[in-house]
Amino acid sequence: MTQIILNGLFVGSFYALIALGYSMVYGIIKLLNFAHGDIFMFGAYIGMTCLTVIPGIGSLGIGAIAIVLLISALLTGATGVLIETLAYRPLRSAPRLSVLITAVGMSFLLEYGVRQIWGPDPQPWPQAGRLTEAANWPAGLQWGAQRIDILGGSLTGAQLVLMALAVVLMAVLALYIGKTREGRAMRAIALDKRAATLMGINVNATISRVFFIGSALAGVAGVMHGAYYSSITFLMGFLLGLKAFTAAVIGGIGNLYGAMLGGLTLGLLEAFGTAWFGGEWKDVFAFVFLIAFLTLRPTGILGERVVERM
Amino acid sequence: MSLPMIDPSALLTTHPEAVPRPETLLEVKNLRLAFGGVVAVDGLNMNVHRGEIVSVIGPNGAGKTSAFNCITGFYRPDSGEIAFMGKSIIRTRPSKITRMGMARTFQNLRLFSDMSILDNVRTGAHAHLRQHWFDAFLHTPAYRKTERACEEDARYWLDFVGFTGDTLLYVTQLPYGEQRRVEIARALATNPKLLLLDEPAAGLNHTEKRGLVDLIRRVRDLDIAVVLIEHDMGLVMDISERIIVLNYGKEIADGAPDDIRANPLVIEAYLGAGDDEEPADGADQASADPGQPLPPAPPSLPEASATADRSDGGEARR
Amino acid sequence: MESLKTYFSGQRGVYHGIAIAVVVAVFALPFITIDAYTIQLATQALIYVLLALGLNVVVGYAGLLDLGYVAFYAVGAYTSGILTTRLGWPMWATIPAVVAACVLAGVVIGGPTLRLRSDYLAIVTLGFGEIIRVTAQNLSITGGPSGIFGIPTWSFGSWSFNDGLTVGGLFFNGKILLYYFVAIVVMVLGLIGIPRLANGRLGRAWRAVRDDEDAAEAMGVNTYTTKITAYIIGAVWAGLAGQLNASLITTISPTSFQFLQSALVLMAVVIGGMGSVPGVVLGALFITLAPELLRDVWENRSLMFGILLLAVMLFRPKGLWPATSILPWSRDKHRAKVDTKPAQARAEEV
Repeated sequence: MTQIILNGLFVGSFYALIALGYSMVYGIIKLLNFAHGDIFMFGAYIGMTCLTVIPGIGSLGIGAIAIVLLISALLTGATGVLIETLAYRPLRSAPRLSVLITAVGMSFLLEYGVRQIWGPDPQPWPQAGRLTEAANWPAGLQWGAQRIDILGGSLTGAQLVLMALAVVLMAVLALYIGKTREGRAMRAIALDKRAATLMGINVNATISRVFFIGSALAGVAGVMHGAYYSSITFLMGFLLGLKAFTAAVIGGIGNLYGAMLGGLTLGLLEAFGTAWFGGEWKDVFAFVFLIAFLTLRPTGILGERVVERM
Repeated sequence: MSLPMIDPSALLTTHPEAVPRPETLLEVKNLRLAFGGVVAVDGLNMNVHRGEIVSVIGPNGAGKTSAFNCITGFYRPDSGEIAFMGKSIIRTRPSKITRMGMARTFQNLRLFSDMSILDNVRTGAHAHLRQHWFDAFLHTPAYRKTERACEEDARYWLDFVGFTGDTLLYVTQLPYGEQRRVEIARALATNPKLLLLDEPAAGLNHTEKRGLVDLIRRVRDLDIAVVLIEHDMGLVMDISERIIVLNYGKEIADGAPDDIRANPLVIEAYLGAGDDEEPADGADQASADPGQPLPPAPPSLPEASATADRSDGGEARR
Repeated sequence: MESLKTYFSGQRGVYHGIAIAVVVAVFALPFITIDAYTIQLATQALIYVLLALGLNVVVGYAGLLDLGYVAFYAVGAYTSGILTTRLGWPMWATIPAVVAACVLAGVVIGGPTLRLRSDYLAIVTLGFGEIIRVTAQNLSITGGPSGIFGIPTWSFGSWSFNDGLTVGGLFFNGKILLYYFVAIVVMVLGLIGIPRLANGRLGRAWRAVRDDEDAAEAMGVNTYTTKITAYIIGAVWAGLAGQLNASLITTISPTSFQFLQSALVLMAVVIGGMGSVPGVVLGALFITLAPELLRDVWENRSLMFGILLLAVMLFRPKGLWPATSILPWSRDKHRAKVDTKPAQARAEEV
């Protein structure tokens, strides 16, 4: 039981990190960014490439992963900004359908662009960047590759580190959105873009910033995924992106805490579903929950009641 | 007035006179609507009687469009009662209300942009057009008959509003004034007993406004009551038989144009707070209500607010 | 003769002229070649045309983004496949079951989601596509990962397409008969049926909902039932296409119903022109034939399609053959009657 909960929370923290990007973008420009899951995948590929290309990085052990995380976050963030500027911005006043289709096209471009460069087969994550390898953990931190007992269940140290990282990132993001000038601008645009413009907020710059942060988080999640699961494919963003979106909806789309809560909830639901119904149905649960939530409570757990307009 | 000799009612399956019309078409009692903490409509009472022309006026943010949206079913009021032809229409879908005989136009022209003018107006006949999709699929005689009637009906209304151009054009190819006309024709094609016009004169030039006054009178002559929200006081005073003045979501006056002109409360509402200087919470109200222009746009700049409102307002509503 | 010339230079006439040419070409194909590969490919292309025209109802007319359209294709294929192989039903008898299964699936998916903003539909349909695939993979009745094989062709009584048919001394084999059968179904259901639906009361309501949902509602159009009708009609069309495909390829497995397939059909609709029948037909032919014809130069077709999709959306959002296109020579006639002064300038005159 505890083990199921722990597994669920671990997977859920991935969902939450990706869901944040979905939710932020949706909150600010009401766009369902289909390419978001693929940014996650792209982040993993960037990470993998860095680990193979940068000379001497293999000897750094756990430090290598930290460096790669940073590079990957910056590059995916930039990719997100680029996508927004080139593909979404010109269509900002176009019908919603056009923008959605463009997002699907972008997702395709990322998936098959990556396939073009790195090939269609799953890629092994370099040994030096694997969190599960005991050799990568410096002396004194050997617990990182071992299992640690928690309340009758157990997680590996790597899992704990990743969860902690996710929590830290989310806390920083919450502070940024809640306390800073830029965060306030984001919230203002989410509420009323036109009024925000009139108040002198640079809407384009703020939207770019949102894309940067959301994509960077997805990139981080991509590297974490690679470092933990040791194998990446060009299609891995599709399913994970879908689930992250489900998480965002469950939590209440457009709401940051909702995305975090939704991610963990979905992780738990999936863990229990797998335990009870078998692993082959794992991918179906998320969508069944999605449909159930949209039917029963479309605003999600934390979503506010919107003024009812028929 | 040169109209073709077609009686529109003869073409329709449900004859408009088949249902006896009560003297009071619309009754609004204690209507209240709040967006979050901002009260847009605050205990509104108003009646519309058969065959009259009523104007609803008030400073920007007075809740006129919000009230319209409640009456036509687009917003769900927090409390209050709305009865149309003696039946409550609270919690009724807008389409159902339209079928009952209440048609409306929008403040910011909302025609179907990728459809021809004729198709736009034909869509208005949707509710009373008895046509099964299977008939359309097979092109049965029933389909041909209904479709022909529907087209003649649409052409009648286009003639009625004085549209003379090519009906197969896309509406976006039309100039603004013509689009307004088409929108009114489209609303009339729903075969209404009550027509609500939200700022129909906005953006029209002097000649077009005169045409509009004439058109509204001719609509009334068909025994269709007309309620309009309008900022052009000259037009309002000219055409209205009764004027209802709103401020802060309440009606502050209700009477004949001459009484309204002399009413001290009305003068205060317009001059005291100032038409151009928005009252503090009036501004909030406008931002909460996508139907209201923001910033308070003078009626002479409709296109700018129209396009902007269309994208943002529509988004908020969906 | 003169009136005929006038007719075929009008907007309607040109479309009818093109339609006649296409019909002649489709029927002439087996007389040009009876190469099995060509006939198979042509049949497949026609099925895709039907599929794309069905999706066009959902996306092009009703403006709903369906990203799991292939799920209904799968429902149709599996329903007919299971009933014919496990219960021994003849193919034609499974049509009501296919229709019923698609309607049911459409109601289950569309019912709750169509009440919400349209982008939720996109993601739910995406999820639905995955559910159907995973379900097909894990159930024993659907044959699991290996799928169903040996699906029979169409038979009527004791005669089936595979028996062939001799007409006027010409022998038509099973493949060619199936090709003709598919061609007729596609033309009746897709090329004649769907435009007819789109021009009637229901079709106007679809387009009205697509252009402005609130205004449609104000015109007495119940937007919810209108959307769900479009969704279900799209579902049934896909199901029938799936059934045709099952009888063509005789083997179906979960791998033939991946998201990629849905995306390809969507591309056919978008690249051709949403809501435009000739555009969608061209789009469908393009996505089926281009990878075959350009197999050597075009290795990573998905990447190309992705780029093409983006380019179309950014530079020609109404597609290559837009639904609102007016022939060049009738355009001048139209323009002459319009006051082209921009509305902004007019507004400022006031």
